[in-house]
Amino acid sequence: MAAADKVDPIHQFHINKLIPIEIGGYDLSFTNSALFMVATVAVASAFLYLSTSSRSLVPTRLQSVSEMAYEFVGNMLRDAAGTQGMKFFPFVFSLFMFVLVANLLGLFPYFFTVTSHIIVTFGLAALVIGTVIVYGFMKHGLGFLKLFVPHGVPVYLLPLVVLIEVISFVSRPVSLSVRLFANMLAGHITLKVFSGFVVSLSALGTLGIAGSVLPLAMAVALTALELLVAFLQAYVFAVLTCMYLNDALHPGH
Amino acid sequence: MFVTSAFAQESAPAVEGGHTGTEGDTHSETGVPAEAHGVFPPFDPATFPSQLLWLAITFGLFYLFLKKVVMPRVSGIIDVRNDRITQDLDHAARLKGEADAAVAAYEQELAEAKTKANAIGQQASDAAKAEAEAARKKVEAALDQKLGEAEARISSIKASAMKEVGTIAEDTTSAIVEALVGGKASKAEIAAAVKSVAR
Repeated sequence: MAAADKVDPIHQFHINKLIPIEIGGYDLSFTNSALFMVATVAVASAFLYLSTSSRSLVPTRLQSVSEMAYEFVGNMLRDAAGTQGMKFFPFVFSLFMFVLVANLLGLFPYFFTVTSHIIVTFGLAALVIGTVIVYGFMKHGLGFLKLFVPHGVPVYLLPLVVLIEVISFVSRPVSLSVRLFANMLAGHITLKVFSGFVVSLSALGTLGIAGSVLPLAMAVALTALELLVAFLQAYVFAVLTCMYLNDALHPGH
Repeated sequence: MFVTSAFAQESAPAVEGGHTGTEGDTHSETGVPAEAHGVFPPFDPATFPSQLLWLAITFGLFYLFLKKVVMPRVSGIIDVRNDRITQDLDHAARLKGEADAAVAAYEQELAEAKTKANAIGQQASDAAKAEAEAARKKVEAALDQKLGEAEARISSIKASAMKEVGTIAEDTTSAIVEALVGGKASKAEIAAAVKSVAR
C-alpha cells in the first residue's frame, strides 16, 4: 500500500486532516493544505521581515531580494494601473508573494502544493475580481458598467460587443484560477511520473538502471522548468490582477 | 505494484488495470482517479470549506502583516536611500558649480593679468625705444659737432698749408737754381717766378 502510494502521482494532492474541526455541519479541519498555507505565510513573512530588519542603506543580498520583489510588484502595478492603482499595492504584493512562496515551497519533495488546489486559486481569483467589482462600483457607481461598452463601436454592433465583454469579464476569475491551478497540478504530476519511472526502471536490474538515466535527466530538467513556472505563474497572476484593477480604476478604457 | 502502474501508463492500461485498481489507476492526467473518496482530490468539494477558511485566515493575516509592517519598512528603506542619493547628487552638483565658478574666476584673472602684462611690456618697449632714439640723436648731434670741428680744422690747416706752399717752393727753387746754375737768384725774382708758375 505504501509503495503504491508513492507511485501514485495523485497522492501528493490528498488532503489529510491534521486537527479535525467541524462547525455547523461544515468540515473546517486544519489540514495539510492549511498547514502549508500557514507555512507559506510564515516563510514569506519571516523572509521579508528578517531580511529587512537591518534597514541598511547599502542592502545585503537578502535585503535586496526583498526590495527587488517590492519594487518589481510596485512597478508592475504602476505601469498597469497608474499611480492611482498604488492603493492596491499591499494587496497585489501579498498576492504575488503568497502565490510565489506557495509555488516554490511546493517544489520541495513531500511538501504539499497549496496552489495545486483549484479552490485555493479560485479563492484568490475571486478575491481579485471581488475587489475589482466592489471598488469599481464604489468609485464610479453605475459608470463602472461602461467597462462593458467600448468606445467607438457602431450601435448595431453594441449588443454583440457588450455580450462578448460580459462573457470575457465573467471568465476572468475562471481563467485566472485555472491557469495557476492547472500549471501547478500538471507540473507536479509530470515530475512525479518521471521520478516514478526512475524508481520502477531501476527495480528491473542493470539494464533498467542504465535506462533510468533518461527519466532522471528529464526529472532534473523538469525541476528547473517547474522553478521557472513557479515564478512565472506568480508573475502572471500578479500582472493580470494589476490589469483587472486598472479596469476598476478606469472603466472607460 | 510500482512497476505495473508505470507500465499501465505507458502501454497496457486495460491489462494491468486489474492489478492496480484498488489503489487507484494512475491515469491522473485525465483526471479520472479511483481514490478512497472516489474523487480527484483538487475537485473534492468536501475539502472546500476548510481550505477557503484557512486561506482566508492565512492570507488575511499575511496581507495585514505586509501592509502594516513589511511595506512601510521597505518603502522607508527605499525612500531613505533615494533621499540620500538625491542629497548626494545635489551636493555633487553644488560642488561642481563651485568648481566651475572657481575655474571661471581663475580664467578671468588670468586674462586680466595677460592684458596687464601686455600693457606693461608695451610701455616698457615704448620707453626703451624713446630712450634709444634720444641717445641716438644725442650721439648724432655730437658727431655732427665733431665733424664740423674737424672740417674747420682741416680747412684752417689747408689754408695755412697753402700759405706755406709758396715759401717752400721759393726755398726749393733757390736751392735748385743754386745747384744748377751756381749763382744766387734774388728773392724777388724767385718769388715772381714761383707765383707765375703756381698760377
